[in-house]
Amino acid sequence: MSSNTQKNLGSTTALSDTQWAQLNQLTPSLTPAQMGWLSGYLAGLAQTQVTATLPQANGPAAEASSPEKFITLLYGSQTGNAKALAQGYKAKLDAAGIAAKLVNMADYKVKQLKNESHIVVIVSTHGEGDAPDDAVELHDFLASKKAPKLPNLKFSVLGLGDSSYEFFCQTAKDFDKKLAELGATRIVNRVDCDVDYDEASATWAQQVLDKVQDELKAKSNSHVVAMPHIGKPTLSVAAAQYSKKNPFTASLLASQKITGRDSVKDIRHVEISLEESGIQYRPGDALGVWFKNDPSMVDELLALLEIDGASEVSVAGDTLSAREALIEKRELTQSYPSFASAYAQLANNPELNALIEDKAGLRAFLGERQIIDVVRQYPVKTDAQSLIDMLRGMTPRLYSIASSQNEVEDEVHLTVALVEYDAHGHAHQGGASSYLTKRLEEGAEIQVFVEKNDNFRLPESPETPVIMVGPGTGIAPFRAFMQEREAQETDGKNWLFFGNPNFTQDFLYQTEWQRFVKDGVLDKVSLAFSRDQEDKIYVQHRLLEQGAEVFEWLEQGAHFYVCGDANHMAKDVHAALVEIVQKHGAKSAEAAEEYLTALRRAKRYQKDVY
Amino acid sequence: MTTDNNNLVVQGKLADNERLKGESNFLRGTIADDLKDDLTGSFVGDNFQLIRFHGMYQQDDRDVRAERAKQKLEPLQNVMLRARLPGGIIKPAQWLSIDKFADEKTLYGSIRLTTRQTFQFHGVLKPNIKLMHQTLNQVGIDSIATAGDVNRNVLCTSNPIESVIHQQAYEWAVKISEHLLPKTRAYAEIWLDGEKKETTDHEPILGSNYLPRKFKTTVVIPPLNDIDVHANDLNFVAIAQDGKLVGFNVLVGGGLAMTHGDQATFPRKADDFGFIGVEDTLAVAEAVVTTQRDWGNRVDRKNAKTKYTLERVGVETFKREVEKRSGVTFGESHPYEFTERGDRIGWVEGIDGKHHLTLFIENGRILDYPGKPLKTGCAEIAKIHQGDFRLTANQNLIVAGVSAENKAKIEDIARSHGLMVDDLSLQRQDSMACVALPTCPLAMAEAERYLPEAVTQLEGLLAKHEIAQKSIIYRVTGCPNGCGRSMLAEIGLVGKGPGKYNLHLGGNRQGTRIPKMYKENIGEQQIMDELDVLIGLWAKDGQSAESFGDFVIRTGVIAEVVNSAEDFYA
Repeated sequence: MSSNTQKNLGSTTALSDTQWAQLNQLTPSLTPAQMGWLSGYLAGLAQTQVTATLPQANGPAAEASSPEKFITLLYGSQTGNAKALAQGYKAKLDAAGIAAKLVNMADYKVKQLKNESHIVVIVSTHGEGDAPDDAVELHDFLASKKAPKLPNLKFSVLGLGDSSYEFFCQTAKDFDKKLAELGATRIVNRVDCDVDYDEASATWAQQVLDKVQDELKAKSNSHVVAMPHIGKPTLSVAAAQYSKKNPFTASLLASQKITGRDSVKDIRHVEISLEESGIQYRPGDALGVWFKNDPSMVDELLALLEIDGASEVSVAGDTLSAREALIEKRELTQSYPSFASAYAQLANNPELNALIEDKAGLRAFLGERQIIDVVRQYPVKTDAQSLIDMLRGMTPRLYSIASSQNEVEDEVHLTVALVEYDAHGHAHQGGASSYLTKRLEEGAEIQVFVEKNDNFRLPESPETPVIMVGPGTGIAPFRAFMQEREAQETDGKNWLFFGNPNFTQDFLYQTEWQRFVKDGVLDKVSLAFSRDQEDKIYVQHRLLEQGAEVFEWLEQGAHFYVCGDANHMAKDVHAALVEIVQKHGAKSAEAAEEYLTALRRAKRYQKDVY
Repeated sequence: MTTDNNNLVVQGKLADNERLKGESNFLRGTIADDLKDDLTGSFVGDNFQLIRFHGMYQQDDRDVRAERAKQKLEPLQNVMLRARLPGGIIKPAQWLSIDKFADEKTLYGSIRLTTRQTFQFHGVLKPNIKLMHQTLNQVGIDSIATAGDVNRNVLCTSNPIESVIHQQAYEWAVKISEHLLPKTRAYAEIWLDGEKKETTDHEPILGSNYLPRKFKTTVVIPPLNDIDVHANDLNFVAIAQDGKLVGFNVLVGGGLAMTHGDQATFPRKADDFGFIGVEDTLAVAEAVVTTQRDWGNRVDRKNAKTKYTLERVGVETFKREVEKRSGVTFGESHPYEFTERGDRIGWVEGIDGKHHLTLFIENGRILDYPGKPLKTGCAEIAKIHQGDFRLTANQNLIVAGVSAENKAKIEDIARSHGLMVDDLSLQRQDSMACVALPTCPLAMAEAERYLPEAVTQLEGLLAKHEIAQKSIIYRVTGCPNGCGRSMLAEIGLVGKGPGKYNLHLGGNRQGTRIPKMYKENIGEQQIMDELDVLIGLWAKDGQSAESFGDFVIRTGVIAEVVNSAEDFYA
């Protein structure tokens, strides 16, 4: 930005000299990312000022609807005592005219924490200082590195417990301590109640009420315009810096298995921090991940080929050790014809030579082998540089993003199935999936970039109904979709089809879908757990069962999305759709295909399959 | 006190359970809708409570609860089903049917024999629940009212020797159970796809709001007190003359449940109302139930059981009301004596010449263990057995009515499947625990999983003090609700937290004395250390044939509980 710009501005928007001076004072100290953010922030602020002037004309009624501060009553109850106390307290606050929100800790969204002004915690303690089940998640969150600073929060904690236990009211003590450590201020000091809690809790409640009443009254009379929530600022400047060639060095926040202990699958929910990158993505986009090969596999490969891992090699003009190059720069978990022919020359094995001539046979052979399998089967000796030259450069893996920035802000979430299998007498793992789920420690650095996908986008209009079909890890982008639609606070109907082997073990993000349904964001969920009954039931069967309604939604303008396995599932789902359109739209097979083609052209039938 | 209802009914805001019962349309709620909801394995809102009236508890595997929360999976929700089996009698064909269901459709694959003289399935997932009820229905078993605020499964002494009296007493147990059963058609409609009728339901005995709290009834045949009368609201003590059942002494107001830290709750023995002739049995049972229905506390569920109603209105007032409602006047109690509570493990011969084999089932848990395929063994017996099976209130299994020619065959199967062992100690027979972790949502400490090891330690203490031939009634219950009946044990443990228990001492072998707390909230090692000292004293100073419970009271180790309302906490 320079003062030249000033000339291009119309008279109503031109800045005064004083304003320019102030702005020039600030800008040199800003990073590109901050500047990007600021531009969005100011744009957002302008928006709000425009709308903020509107209600004024409406008088007192509008004032009543303006956002007010309220007290959030959080309870963590095991036997119901804390819950009952919290309910009683809510009624008391209501009677005193203090806006209060009663929330079970189990239902509390931790992202909300930093927006809170007043929190009252009523929580019991069990066994050897354990938190109630419903409180565990929030309790752990506050103790984790993810807990935000809370300098603007005022709080008070009431503990319920039994003093005959060693860790009396431990959970309450923990909450009290953590909130204070995060910068929050106590309204009144914590009170630890014994089994007969009536009197102590009532005294505490009254004290909190007295203090809060004064504060909240003062605030509601002051007519200070509270900073409204503004949309995500645009960060195009900074985001443009990062790409496949120039990935952002992010850090791994969490990798959590989300299939049950008896599952036949190992699927992880991976959270990555994009903090300070300015990277923006949209639901439907993918995240590119530059992974590193398994060092133990690389060591075994080096040993098989009798190569010293320390020997220097040259890769694209850089000099590095062979071991390093194999871990970071070369594709080892897939094999490919160029490697096969180079390797065959070296091995001079008749069997391998014959295979090179047989294109189909070679494809099948390579399809079920990693590089190390070929080396194990046809051992040779070679030097480091020759090996490096035989191998293809590493390619990043793309994962459909499972989060919306409206919900997770500067994080990005993925749903990763760990590829693990035994073949040719050895254990095998997928390169990127094992990197993300097994080898990368929480807090470790990871190179990522966003791969845009404009062919997998939510409808422009938030009112448009959406049908999502995402069995297995195909669920990922729909988690992002639902987070986005929840943030949009729209009436558009949403219908999810999900499938996996077992209900109890493989219902990915089950508790989240339950919440979306409870909150009215997700309207319908159709589930297909293939191994829960004798006949295998898949998503396409559920689509067919509900064909009439699926067709009705399509006729209402619904967008139809499919994500997941390309080989079988997407084809079966397409066939089911054809059948549905034929049957319920009274069309020929040909006409049904045309109907779907038209949908596709209108971007109402989109696939993200792999 | 007058019989003016205003003085007999506790005033105040009704407990929430009263609302949900009243709104449930005779126990239907929206259970049918929940069955169709495949997003969750659970029943929600009021239905969580209402399924109990249909004999099921919603539970989850607590061992994996925290792990699953992180996995973004709901708790491993399932139901436990408790069958209605008055007197605990079941036919071999029925056994084979439940054996198969347990095998194929439950998470744990076990059949559990309970202290309520019935069996339970644990770990049934929602899609299998209707199948479960229909499977049971096909063999004539239901689970109506085995939980919830109703009269639950009616117990009857398992005494195969006194076969004539037992048969008569058993028939009364069945009649009482059926007489007091809810009349709503909800069970048949929801689980058996029964026809929905236009007429509304009617509950002449229980009322549309059912009872204030659970209600337990027994028929007991002295001198055995295997069913533990003092754990029950209503007991019919069989009085026989010339080998024929002539009537019952009626004992009202027993119950063991309490709440930690709430001294308004306590275990209480039943009061003897007097004698009635057999012909008056149902009228009196009904009058006791309706009096408790109308006078029981519907404001505070912790004070809602019959025992508290008796304490509040007075035993005489309650008794006179029962007489008024039933039209029956209680006669003077006939003398009777309880001498023991345990089952006679092994073979006995009844007066009818039939043979009966009582199998000791530790914790009542019938499952195939490595080298001990108990469940297969029971099924193998069921395949050839001509008589019936009797589940005991001590969680054991009687193979009853075996002909002389089948005796050897059945013993062979029992021995080869680990159902009969020669080295079973008296101490192990005299020990009991409730289910507790990981399935029971109320459990505060381990019980069933802790018991086998605890008994081994106890056996060690008895051996150390050279009294290995003796035993002590030893019971562990995971929470103060008391399913394990610790409050009628010589040594009773009540769970307080993981690995921590309240240690109670001083019950007697007959089950007619409530033990008092000796140490609060102590660990497993400390319990054994305390018992080491006390058992040592008992071995040294105990009088001949003096039981441990009697010893600790005589020597002042612990004070005797005479009237628990006054002295249990004193």
